[in-house]
Amino acid sequence: MDFKVELPTTERSKLAVRDLNFYYGGFHALKHINLDIPDRKVTAFIGPSGCGKSTLLRTFNRMFELYPEQRAEGQILLDGEEMLNKKLDVSLVRAKIGMVFQKPTPFPMSIYDNIAFGVRLFEELSRSEMDERVEWALKKAALWNEVKDKLGQSGSGLSGGQQQRLCIARGIAIKPEVLLLDEPCSALDPISTGKIEELIHELKTDYTVVIVTHNMQQAARCSDYTAYMYLGDLVEFGPTGELFMKPKKKDTEDYITGRFG
Amino acid sequence: MSVTSSGSAFDANQHLARLSKHRARKRINVVALTLSLLAMSFGIFWLVWILFDTIWLGIGGLNLAVFTEMTPPPQAETGGLANAIFGSVMMVSLATLLGTPIGVLAGVYLAEYGQKTWLGSTTRFINDILLSAPSIVIGLFIYAVVVAQLKSFSGFAGILALALIVIPVVIRTTENMLSLIPNALREAAYALGTPKWKVISAVTLKAARAGVITGVLLALARISGETAPLLFTALSNQFWTSDLSQPMASLPVTIFKFAMSPYENWQKLAWAGVFLITLGVLALNILARVLFRNKH
Repeated sequence: MDFKVELPTTERSKLAVRDLNFYYGGFHALKHINLDIPDRKVTAFIGPSGCGKSTLLRTFNRMFELYPEQRAEGQILLDGEEMLNKKLDVSLVRAKIGMVFQKPTPFPMSIYDNIAFGVRLFEELSRSEMDERVEWALKKAALWNEVKDKLGQSGSGLSGGQQQRLCIARGIAIKPEVLLLDEPCSALDPISTGKIEELIHELKTDYTVVIVTHNMQQAARCSDYTAYMYLGDLVEFGPTGELFMKPKKKDTEDYITGRFG
Repeated sequence: MSVTSSGSAFDANQHLARLSKHRARKRINVVALTLSLLAMSFGIFWLVWILFDTIWLGIGGLNLAVFTEMTPPPQAETGGLANAIFGSVMMVSLATLLGTPIGVLAGVYLAEYGQKTWLGSTTRFINDILLSAPSIVIGLFIYAVVVAQLKSFSGFAGILALALIVIPVVIRTTENMLSLIPNALREAAYALGTPKWKVISAVTLKAARAGVITGVLLALARISGETAPLLFTALSNQFWTSDLSQPMASLPVTIFKFAMSPYENWQKLAWAGVFLITLGVLALNILARVLFRNKH
């Protein structure tokens, strides 16, 4: 199957996926994916477990390369530049395409160093510049007011929701262009989830955000575009309102209305 | 909810059957609890006896001279363990300093690099053998390759033998502690574009720090009491020496020699030495536990 996806001409494509296939050993997990992710918008990937939405996300920053039995074929273009090119240093790809994971993963160091760690990998900043950057990132992630008096304390002492915002701050501190969120709220309570969703909404003024979620309400609430995936195929992709209100495909409709099976 | 699929939920016969099963379970529970309590008290009994004897007889032999004077000849009026204490501290700490970096690096290799490789599983297998090798074998090995070649017992040979005991313990604990670190933490570090060596040194090893230090402390505690590997390597020395090319006194070997002797002053010093080692090992174990508890 091959789905042609038309992006409304008003949107600029930030990340272009061209005929992407992905394999876990012999298992064909993504099949001929073609997709244009619009610049400075929130794009959500939905679909049942095992449909390949997280896999697709993990090809964008070449996370799969950590596991030798996994491989991707095809093209992923960031502003036209091939990201899957082996000659391109994977660190540079990840500096441009940041990622936040399902479970909060604060590093075993202070809140300050959690943010500064990634920045130090790419930039030589003076102490005061670094202080500014840390404050900037924490403010962007709506965490500054809660932690400004305890920057020297361990990041693991924060609540789950605060830890997740710390991870988002850590991701944006290195100033990526795209931010990938892999079910960022699935381990959080509703209040923390609400804060993260608000944050996602604000982030899109500066970043292209791609979010994988199991929660369809979440996709409906905070995304501009939604892609529905099933069994490794991209079934339907379009503006979130259209996809939820009048899906073009029967499969999409069945999933959205809970009549999946 | 589909509780009422087979008639009434509360059937009289069913209730009786449940009660009798419940009583049987309670009886088994009492028997199991009694047996495990007996087993525990059996173990505790000997442990308390050993500790009591050590403290009782050890404190009796303890005085300032133990720390200031050299090991005496038989039936002397005075004498202490100063040279043996110094030798033990010197050899144990140098062996730990030598064994820890090797052990940690090898553990890092096994957990982070060679997990599924042929070299990794072979190393792990050999390390397991080394871990359970009797320490006397290690002593004899160093005797054959170092002492016999140089034709002299030496503190250096003792350090090598003890380091060979430290290494497999540290390798094992480092590897285990690193494998406990969730992969999500590694992925999060890689997702920032962190190179592998930095992920390991700044993130995973740091997260596993308490466990790794605990492993080192436990290895240290273990070699503090080892006698066999020192008998064939450092031997012993009546005098104070800090020259590692000379035979060197140590607490375990001195205890071994003194406790087997018929001389009362030697026996008293042997008990004092036993007390000191027990105290030291106990302190290390408590320290290791405190460190580990703070982290988990």
